[in-house]
Amino acid sequence: MTTHHHHEHDHQLSCKELLGSISDYVEGELSDDLCQEIRQHMAGCENCRVVFDTFNKTIYLYHTSAGDTKAPVDVQNRLFEKLQLNDYIKRK
Amino acid sequence: MNETTQHEFSIEALRAGDRAEFARLVEAYSSPIYRLGLKMLGDQQNAEDVLQNTFLKALQHIGNFEARSSLSTWLYRIAANEALMLLRKKRPEVPIDEPASEDDEISLPTQFTDWADMPENELLSVEGRRHLNDAIHALPEKLRVVFLLRDIEGLSIRETADALNLTETAVKTRLLRARLNLREQLGHYYAERITSE
Repeated sequence: MTTHHHHEHDHQLSCKELLGSISDYVEGELSDDLCQEIRQHMAGCENCRVVFDTFNKTIYLYHTSAGDTKAPVDVQNRLFEKLQLNDYIKRK
Repeated sequence: MNETTQHEFSIEALRAGDRAEFARLVEAYSSPIYRLGLKMLGDQQNAEDVLQNTFLKALQHIGNFEARSSLSTWLYRIAANEALMLLRKKRPEVPIDEPASEDDEISLPTQFTDWADMPENELLSVEGRRHLNDAIHALPEKLRVVFLLRDIEGLSIRETADALNLTETAVKTRLLRARLNLREQLGHYYAERITSE
């Protein structure tokens, strides 16, 4: 992120520091003060704002589409058979 | 996306060899475990192997389950080990205990297109979803497994650390690197979609 913007605003948090904390921010593990600093930084740094928003969106998209993948019925049937559990399975 | 959180199982019944209770466990976790196998290994046959081996081992060892971790974390641990073992079999040249280079600098972003506001049906189109999967497969496996457990299966940082026998710090480092890597890959893809409009 260093080559793209050489702005002069006086935030204390560097782009690189923000990047290092971005995951912890998402996890809700940062202090209020540090969150405030991050928001201040992003207000004046478009690239970091974009990275932050697309970072969040990336996690969201994976989370949202995770349920797409389910074990197919034939795979489940073979599993129950292998485990000799056929008699106990309540088929949906 | 942990669709199994609402399930509760009787550990006592499972330990005592209650088949019906074990069947409930299999029903609840077959899809998450299959998904982990599929996304770790990339093909259905291997995913099925991970699924079967996981529950065969679980059945074999449930009598000794000590509840030091939750039942789901225990299952995910078996499944992750199975998946990693299969990966090693496929690529025996990769050393098993290769150091994870946790201290490596995180790579700086190069993608600054703002695609976050694209409509969700475009982001998650059939092609978009395929690209999400491709990006996961392009991750180094050590980052991939952490990302899958935390961000796809919804385990906590602590549970992920527990399942993979890693420290929480190592999980956080790998998670950050995985997420940044995926963001970068998706950025390249979605940026093209935006500029081609």
